[in-house]
Amino acid sequence: MPNSRSDRDLSHMLERLDFDDPFHVVHPSHRRACTGLGRPLTEFETRRRVESLLSRNRRICSFKGGGVYDHYVPAHVAEIAGRNEFYTSYTPYQPEVSQGLLQTLFEYQSMMAEIVGMPVVNASMYDWSTALGESALMCNRVTGRTDMLVPASLSPQRREVLSTYASSARINVRYVPVDDATGQIRAESVAELISDDTAGVYLENPNYYGIFEGEAPDIVELAHKHGARAVVGVDPLACGVIKPPGAYGADIVVGEAAHLGNPVNFGGPLLGVFAVKDDRALLRTTPGRLIGLTEDADGVPGYVMTLQTREQHIRRQRATSNICTNEALCAVACAAYLASLGKRGFVELARVLMANAAYAATAIDAVDGFDAPVHDGIHFREFVVRSRIPWNEVESCLNENGITGGIPVDDDRSLFCITDKHTRDDIDRLCSVLGGI
Amino acid sequence: MFHQARHDERTVFELSSPGRRGLKVPAAWGKCPDVPENLRRDDPPELPEMSVREVVRHYVVLSQMNYGVDSGIYPLGSCTMKFNPKLGEAMAASDHVMSHHPHEAPTFVQGNLAIMHELAAMLACISGTDVVTLQPAAGAHAEFLGAKIIDAFHRGNGDERDEMLVPDTAHGTNPASSAMAGFKVVEIPSGPDGQVDIDALRAAVGSRTAGLMLTNPNTLGIYEERIGAIAGIVHDAGGLLYYDGANLNALIGQATPGDMGFDIVHFNLHKTFSTPHGGGGPGAGAIGVKSFLKEYLPAPLVVQSGDEYALSYDIPKSVGRVRQHHGNFAVMVRAYAYLLSLGSEIGDVSYRAVVNSNYLMTLLKDEFEVPFITKTPHRMHEFVVSCEKIRGDTGVTALDIARRLLDYGVHAPTVYFPQVVKEALMIEPTETEEPEMLEAFADILIRVKQECYDDPDMVKGAPYNTARRKLDLYKATKTPVISWMMRER
Repeated sequence: MPNSRSDRDLSHMLERLDFDDPFHVVHPSHRRACTGLGRPLTEFETRRRVESLLSRNRRICSFKGGGVYDHYVPAHVAEIAGRNEFYTSYTPYQPEVSQGLLQTLFEYQSMMAEIVGMPVVNASMYDWSTALGESALMCNRVTGRTDMLVPASLSPQRREVLSTYASSARINVRYVPVDDATGQIRAESVAELISDDTAGVYLENPNYYGIFEGEAPDIVELAHKHGARAVVGVDPLACGVIKPPGAYGADIVVGEAAHLGNPVNFGGPLLGVFAVKDDRALLRTTPGRLIGLTEDADGVPGYVMTLQTREQHIRRQRATSNICTNEALCAVACAAYLASLGKRGFVELARVLMANAAYAATAIDAVDGFDAPVHDGIHFREFVVRSRIPWNEVESCLNENGITGGIPVDDDRSLFCITDKHTRDDIDRLCSVLGGI
Repeated sequence: MFHQARHDERTVFELSSPGRRGLKVPAAWGKCPDVPENLRRDDPPELPEMSVREVVRHYVVLSQMNYGVDSGIYPLGSCTMKFNPKLGEAMAASDHVMSHHPHEAPTFVQGNLAIMHELAAMLACISGTDVVTLQPAAGAHAEFLGAKIIDAFHRGNGDERDEMLVPDTAHGTNPASSAMAGFKVVEIPSGPDGQVDIDALRAAVGSRTAGLMLTNPNTLGIYEERIGAIAGIVHDAGGLLYYDGANLNALIGQATPGDMGFDIVHFNLHKTFSTPHGGGGPGAGAIGVKSFLKEYLPAPLVVQSGDEYALSYDIPKSVGRVRQHHGNFAVMVRAYAYLLSLGSEIGDVSYRAVVNSNYLMTLLKDEFEVPFITKTPHRMHEFVVSCEKIRGDTGVTALDIARRLLDYGVHAPTVYFPQVVKEALMIEPTETEEPEMLEAFADILIRVKQECYDDPDMVKGAPYNTARRKLDLYKATKTPVISWMMRER
């Protein structure tokens, strides 16, 4: 029946085999040909079909972020991640033939380590939210305690994923209230909730509203004072301007790094960051792949997956996580991007985003009927805008002009984001449309 | 003879030169606000300083020290390392795929939603399930979601069931995912025919049984012929059946897990549906469920009304999201293109995969011990040989043999898995290799076996022709150096 290959190949093989039907072991009632998939298409027909569907998308100028940032991907970064030696390989189970990928992932881990100020970064998680979920499980494992304190400003999706992960381990997620004026959590609010049951305290810097948490170092200290672990979530780029979480004592850092070298891809794949400090208890219970330096039989430096006894293929139900397939290729692109941006470029880009977000907020604030930023704090690249009329009415006007606003926060507020793809004209046009409402 | 490129390429940190730079950064439109002093970063992160030219050359040099499916046969068992059609890469590189934010309203992303909707429908058809979610990022992630759904289903019925049954041949992710979802794992032994021991299963099921996670064919490449009985036993005990789709390449388009009695089926788009493995990821998982479980799926689902697509969040009993956004969309596009190109001839894939696997086994079975072959002669898309006798005779292990294979320019099979076979080599040639390649691979494996007897020390010292000689795993574990920062200390 197969006709995609020459029948000669098939009969050549079948001659040596003692069956005619490869599926003779399957009970006839379980046999079913898949007839509902239509006629096979040629490559050109397939391309036309996919392109015709995709053309139903509409191009727009968007101000959405919330952890997914539409940054420019330099051509050479895409080309490096497009090397088929990289993308057609799998998890480097045979390190001697996989040195290219292993060294690249080691470099990703190393550069991300410099950025977040933590010596141990794994080779990737699915996204920020699952990294957060895993961090809660890890706090629970290393402390034997049950409560996870997280800011009430957590993005709705991250909140939901955390709950999915935490509920099975019977971890209670408790929400630290946010100060309305500053959009930040206070150490004293954490102090009211923290107890001997607290496994971990989580904060984001900047937080979901794009604001730096001014009391982050105090909150980390408070967590430690109560024997809890401190977890900090980051957009790594923000570590170009603020102290890395490692510098103020975080035990675990999670975050999202897809925008450093990867397109947004409608939200997937992303690149979850997971980092821990050099603490034996944490290192040995970290989820995910870790690439380590070693040497070969001739004493030449080389790289391998290490500490594998933590992982599911060896430890099974006692593994630190079930993760197997990760987002390695996104980490490859991230490594190429970070190496190209370099020490100075990284800080400059962070400062440019911060300056441009401040410019945009000021410009929007100048439009009658809009306040920006709503919160009194130092913002990185995102800020909340409040409208005097319901936000969905604002959104309709923007949409008519080829713009989509931020991510809705509630009825009259929206979270706006600036990336390196926005121009000053985009902001001027946005303000002019807002002014016309 | 094969010789992999061998460069003494230094790290980006060593290639760095102060003041050198690659990318230009856009201009600021104003002043950067001051960061509060207690948070200000005084020293920039120690990233390398390189030109774009240096970066490109560095990673091209590194890529030359990497082996992929495009380099040669990659018969890694249970990983389905098949050829990745280049059209998939071209489609995923479309600006429409790459540049839309996941929070955009459906009206702006009708094309993306249409692809997701059509892909989900195709997967439902292939698996014999009713509703498919594309949210999980990987196979293990899908298993976690499946286990959560099983848990929610029983709780919804006021039924406390805390045991997940997992055969001893299962992928490691099955017990790990079950444990993450809060289950106690009960291992079911295999019988002398390499299939689930029905008596042991009967003895294990009970009022605490939440479900059974099963791979069919199992990791020995053996089809579980008693699947009808297995499903009956588990269902009669009140449990659900979960299908681990890692081995779906053996059955696609020929048989449907849904018809076998599975209630939840997962798919690895990066295995069965030809999307690249990316050096470990991104892949994409997906889950199909029978209609009685659809109310537990994570939101949102893509729904169609007329010619328009929308996102439905109306799933009141949902177990909750397992990740942000819609799943690995760029991977879905590739899988969709693959399915369009195959259409109703999708059954050719598994037909060829099973013929290839059995042909390769036939070329090897006189030279290597194939466990369970007397009682169960047929294999599906993969098979396992044991090097136990070789080890006993010569002291050479399965891992030594795997490393020696690399010297001949082929990738090694999966080693030491499944754990029920001693000194296992798990071989999955996939449907995309030609007979000549299978014959060449068999010749290499037989030659390496001969080398074990002729010169065991030489084999134990392998590999010789790869970018690095045998790497010291013990040293890496004993004094972990996970980053440049740790090396410098």
